[in-house]
Amino acid sequence: MSGEKQTDFQIVNHAIPRRDGRVKVTGKAQYVADLRLIGMAYAKVLRSPLAHGKIISIDKSKAEAHAGVYCVVTGFDLDGLNPYFGHAVKDHPLLAIDKVRYAGEPVAAVVAVDERSAFEALELIDVKYEELKGIFTPQEALAKDAPLLHERKFEAGALRGFEGDVTAGKGTNICQTHKIQWGDVEKAFKEAATVVEGDYYFPMTYAYAMEPYVAIADVTDQGVNIYSSAQHPFMVRHDLKSIFNLPVSKVRLIVPFVGGGYGSKSYTKVEPLVAACSWKAKRPVKLQLTVEEAMLTTRSDDAYTWMRTAADKNGKIIARQAKILMNTGAYAENSPLVVEKSTNRCVGPYAIPNVLIENMSLYTNTVPASSYRGFGCAQVTLPGESQIDELAAKIGKDPYEFRLENAAKPGEEFFPGMRPFDGTLKQDLDTAAKAIGWGTPLAKGHGRTVAISGSDAGAYPLTSTAVRVHADGSATIMTGSTELGQGSHTVLPQIAAEELGIAYDKVNVVSSDTAITPYDRSTGASRTTTLMGSAVQEACQEAIQQMVVMAADVLKVKKEQIETVRGGIRCGEVQLDWSQVISKFYALPDGEVIGRSYIRKSGKFAALPVFWEAAATGVEISVDEDTGKITMEKLATVGDVGLAINPALAEGQDIGAATMGMGIGLFEELVYEGSQLMNGSILDYRLPRFSDLPKQVELHLVQNRDGVGPYGAKGGGEASLNSMAANIANAVDCAVGVRIRQAPLTPERVWRALKEKKG
Amino acid sequence: MNLQFTLNGKPCSVECEPADTLAEVLRNQLNLNGTKVSCEVQVCGACTVLVDNLPVSACTYLAYEARGKNLLTVEGLEKADGTLHPIQQAFIDEFAFQCGYCTPGMIMAAKSLLDENPSPSREEIIHHMDGNICRCTGYVPIVAAIQRAAGMMTKESKK
Repeated sequence: MSGEKQTDFQIVNHAIPRRDGRVKVTGKAQYVADLRLIGMAYAKVLRSPLAHGKIISIDKSKAEAHAGVYCVVTGFDLDGLNPYFGHAVKDHPLLAIDKVRYAGEPVAAVVAVDERSAFEALELIDVKYEELKGIFTPQEALAKDAPLLHERKFEAGALRGFEGDVTAGKGTNICQTHKIQWGDVEKAFKEAATVVEGDYYFPMTYAYAMEPYVAIADVTDQGVNIYSSAQHPFMVRHDLKSIFNLPVSKVRLIVPFVGGGYGSKSYTKVEPLVAACSWKAKRPVKLQLTVEEAMLTTRSDDAYTWMRTAADKNGKIIARQAKILMNTGAYAENSPLVVEKSTNRCVGPYAIPNVLIENMSLYTNTVPASSYRGFGCAQVTLPGESQIDELAAKIGKDPYEFRLENAAKPGEEFFPGMRPFDGTLKQDLDTAAKAIGWGTPLAKGHGRTVAISGSDAGAYPLTSTAVRVHADGSATIMTGSTELGQGSHTVLPQIAAEELGIAYDKVNVVSSDTAITPYDRSTGASRTTTLMGSAVQEACQEAIQQMVVMAADVLKVKKEQIETVRGGIRCGEVQLDWSQVISKFYALPDGEVIGRSYIRKSGKFAALPVFWEAAATGVEISVDEDTGKITMEKLATVGDVGLAINPALAEGQDIGAATMGMGIGLFEELVYEGSQLMNGSILDYRLPRFSDLPKQVELHLVQNRDGVGPYGAKGGGEASLNSMAANIANAVDCAVGVRIRQAPLTPERVWRALKEKKG
Repeated sequence: MNLQFTLNGKPCSVECEPADTLAEVLRNQLNLNGTKVSCEVQVCGACTVLVDNLPVSACTYLAYEARGKNLLTVEGLEKADGTLHPIQQAFIDEFAFQCGYCTPGMIMAAKSLLDENPSPSREEIIHHMDGNICRCTGYVPIVAAIQRAAGMMTKESKK
């Protein structure tokens, strides 16, 4: 890949090789799976075979007597802990207590000298259940005679992250509701010249981070220490603090390299359970899930959406209305936020004067749903962008032209009360259209479409960092942002090197250790470059200010007489680099200066969202009418990133996201039959492979420096996923004239639609 | 039981259980953690190592089957002077990984291809690599890296 460089920066905006390149290609990069502590035991988990049932009794005596077993932990053994966690709603027991709510829920954990002994002991545990009626879809959860999943009342978690009231725990199966409204939708639809309307389904999907969930806990009187594959160590710290009733200072989360996340490692997962195991076993314990168990831990929310969109006689979109039911599974996890975001993201990046979106997520007896790359946006962009094409077709307009006419303009406050739009959709669309040959002749059975998305991204602006400038002129960034592969360990040093005027190789990164690195709320919602990048930039500038004062002290002049130059200061004839300033200040070639930054919802980050994450994708597909199989002929991604700190990494995020979106468009779907997940293994869950690679791929970036982040940067990495399912559905309609309102568009679905059309 | 094989060019002797997989022995007994384990059902390719130059999934390959054979893992690619194997260098140059969890297996699978076929076509690369999953990169830069490595290796062999 080659990045497109647009500026005269020395280090940022260059496709500098990854800092973690060598350790990753030599197998030396350490993930939690690779770590071992002295005296460490291993845990294995017994999971519920039932989707919904009361736990009558658990006999663990045989398992505890098994060779090598230290202890068996069940929901009856948690006295002394606050065993419920959840940053949004504290509804999730670390092991099933009194009842199970989905098939696959952890019921007991065996801690043993090795994994094999723990595994052998699992079948010696005797659990007696009383089966209860299960509910598996939002519609079943809303039925009058539906059983209640959660009988307890529970409160909002302290770090809930969403704006609305907590709905969960109030005597229904409703987990969360959200609504946005402006204008007069009823009147607009009455006056509309053209209306399209339909029901859409977006499936449950599995992120498949190739490193399954893994954590090592060591609970002692000194506190709770955990190594985990968590994206947001500070969020997890909060849950552990609450479970063990400890001060924040006594909970330490350490996150080394993470083997993929894509949202699925957001928030707390296995950490409470492994901590409880260590607490009981009184020694360090490692719990590493298998991929099959990971599939029983988190998935995306599936969504049933009814939507209608209207245009006036001039082809201006005048109204959109939607009702969404989301299936959040047995526990809320991050779904309340997914509900809020998917509601907002129904508007798409369009200026629509009349909007009413009502969204509700429901508890069901299925695997808990939570964050998934794109955060609810893909769920509603399938209907949203499908209807843009449907509407254009009905009016008789070119869908690309129709988008250009209606897309939000730079600086337009298209979403009332939110940050004005900070992207350039016209350029995004033009670039995508050109890349896939818009307007050139199209072969029979081929379809070509473009689609866009715009997400209120960046999550919440609460980020701090420290940059330590050492006496030799090198620097260390202390960051709470986690390296998941997205490249934060490369991008952040690029920013520091640019600001301090030092060589990129002289900057090191220490990340995601809650005892050492300053607080960062999360590594998600594409926020790291914008928020942590700004924090690193500010911290470097603050360090420079301190070094100016030091230089004045050393040179015995007023600080106003000191001028900063690249990599140091000048005062008259005297020029000192940072190493000289620090060494002279301490009168030893040692010591350091610590630059700090505290970012909050203030100043340039006062308005939400932090930025609008915008992207366009373009596809050309062909359809085999005999089998219904779709072939990806061309794919183009256009990331509207403001300024790419590292263009190659930004493009890598886009193609990675678009490929995940393509997977959902073509074949990815978790399938439930009754109470059981039918394809809960990588043998059965179809993922994109090399042979699914589109025949031609073009990656583009639009860099207008219009972001609020450093040098005009803003985030990317989710947006290219969001529009892909809609793009594929639209392209199928374009190719063979069938409209499919459900993802994935499997060969069978396409074939059936073609058969129905032919009659 | 005692097993002996050649590992990354050196003789190796290790005690293990009959049921131990090669991945378990490499990771737990020999401290070679470069070989990653993900799916454990021979689908994802993360654990790919070479046994007598053929790619195998160490997650399901019994260590016992490796007795007397010649094993190569990702740790055996770098030269003693620190020079990376051309495939490793090409993966860095082309940004052919993100999280890095699939990378050791991906590189070993690519090596088995290029050892057999020094200048594969795009289609041949896709066909050979189809047993290795990457969730981060969308495969585009990996294909480019293998093509680049092929060029580098061809140049080297002509020297």
